[in-house]
Amino acid sequence: MKPAAAPVAEALPKKRLTTSAMIASIAGEGQRTRPAPFGHALVHCAKADPSIVGMTADLGKYTDLHIFQQAFPDRYYQMGMAEQLLFGAASGLAAEGFTPFATTYAVFASRRAYDFIHQTIAEEDRNVKIVCALPGLTSGYGPSHQAAEDLALMRAMPNMTVIDPCDAHEIEQAVPAIVAHKGPVYMRLLRGQVPLVLDEYGYSFELGKAKMLRDGYEVLVISSGIMTMRALEAAKALATDRVDVGVLHVPTIKPLDAATILDACAKPGRLVVVVENHTVIGGLGEAVAGLLMREGVHPAFRMIGLPDEFLAAGALPTLHDRYGISTDALCAKVKAWLK
Amino acid sequence: MTTSSSNVSLERRAWNIRRHAIRMGEVQGQGYIAQALDIADVLATAYFHAMRYEPQNPEWEGRDRFLLSNGHYAIALYAALIEAGIVPEDELETYGFDDSRLPMSGMASYTPGMEMSGGSLGLGLSIAVGKCLGLKRKGSDSRVYTLFSDGELDEGSVWEAIMSAAHYKLDNLIAIVDVNNQQADGPSTSMLGFEPLPEKLEAFGWFVQRVDGNDLNAVRAAFDAAKTATGGRPSMIIADTLMGKGIPFLEAREKNHFIRVDAHEWQLALAALDERKPA
Repeated sequence: MKPAAAPVAEALPKKRLTTSAMIASIAGEGQRTRPAPFGHALVHCAKADPSIVGMTADLGKYTDLHIFQQAFPDRYYQMGMAEQLLFGAASGLAAEGFTPFATTYAVFASRRAYDFIHQTIAEEDRNVKIVCALPGLTSGYGPSHQAAEDLALMRAMPNMTVIDPCDAHEIEQAVPAIVAHKGPVYMRLLRGQVPLVLDEYGYSFELGKAKMLRDGYEVLVISSGIMTMRALEAAKALATDRVDVGVLHVPTIKPLDAATILDACAKPGRLVVVVENHTVIGGLGEAVAGLLMREGVHPAFRMIGLPDEFLAAGALPTLHDRYGISTDALCAKVKAWLK
Repeated sequence: MTTSSSNVSLERRAWNIRRHAIRMGEVQGQGYIAQALDIADVLATAYFHAMRYEPQNPEWEGRDRFLLSNGHYAIALYAALIEAGIVPEDELETYGFDDSRLPMSGMASYTPGMEMSGGSLGLGLSIAVGKCLGLKRKGSDSRVYTLFSDGELDEGSVWEAIMSAAHYKLDNLIAIVDVNNQQADGPSTSMLGFEPLPEKLEAFGWFVQRVDGNDLNAVRAAFDAAKTATGGRPSMIIADTLMGKGIPFLEAREKNHFIRVDAHEWQLALAALDERKPA
């Protein structure tokens, strides 16, 4: 069903927001950022590890892999706009002992090349690192570029490790960690000017580990990716309303850190809210819900994520508000649930 | 090593491969037998004339890699691996049974000498591109051979890989396409017309040869030329083959993509083969 035409005159905001570039910055105004953390971290690793090669499907500049290309032009493979070939060839390079980092947009890896990742990489347990920009709702270009389902698809694949990092600090630490891990990895990528948040929390990334960033006795937010940044902002805002919110960051979606999550959710009297930049079907929320049900831990439980529908095109702040993953929307929902 | 120095003729190798395949087919009563029979001459030439490998050490770094893209041809490759001494002959009794190392569709994690998991079609050439890039990175002179079927030309990924192999000048790649003009729903040329194939592949920048895939001398000459005369291009051998080759009553079957053979017919097939046993 096509949406009705937007009302023009009366609802016009003072500052009209536009869809803007395909990759709109997710950094807020005045937020600390760091440029291309993935590209720089990969170059750092590649200096010590000659097995690392970079590959992309016509999106080197848009996945920060151009930083690697500049440092190691002879270890960089441009595969053209051919994602099936990209992942098949990555499998072949891995089979010959190399560690390919293959980049594209999350939609093209998870949707277009799923069978190639499944059969040539995961089934054969090849040491390929799949690093994908535009995770979840981080583009206003509409469903062609909005990867609302990537975590569900990648989680479902045996052998695949799935990571949804929050900020530049985490990406810088995740890259050497996934180099050290032998086996296929799918990592969501934040590129360009990437927010810097977690350094203030004394945080360090460990593959497969969830970390409590702040504790709170009333609400426990469990989150991954950019939603951890939003959850921390929401927790600060809610604190001024005397709502005490803890934030448990879960960057490794698979394998899930069951022990830490169960321990945190077993504390009595807390509302548990799982927050994700992903459809509510098959992502972190359902992964946590399934874990809790299987293990007999039954806190008051809610999920915040993208709805099971094709999302609109538009400006990111508008869309994040509309679909309930902006900081304001998180605060409003948590308050409503506490009433 | 190759066994090209052995005094067993290629004709006899191909005949043995056909026999192993029929015996495996008998175990299950069905299978992709017609394909195994049509490609036996190409496999015999690959394993007993062209390729470098160590039967007792299937993961030897210096080996040539053989990628079976069309995983349903596994029965044919198992027959070749048995003939090459990589898989013991008595294992053919286990073909397709639970816990066998020889499943119906070829998978890398199951079978020694299997370099990829096929089955989903159109994967092999892309993996081959990566392996060729990797071998060149390592300074290895090993080659990658990949067999795929004419039906796989329907898959867009095959053409992605064809473009890429030429772009990267992968002269260490020797691809063989089995043109038996038969896929699941009927003749391949009636699905998505792929001819004129040599002209297309040449236009894509490949060194192309088209041969009668059941003429051992022609196949052998094509492999030799692919190793020496490519001028920096990847090499494609278009092998026109006959489904069921070597067993007249199977050659004559119209529907032979997946063959069910009655119990007594396996004996007829072996008898027909025995009549044509080369020295």
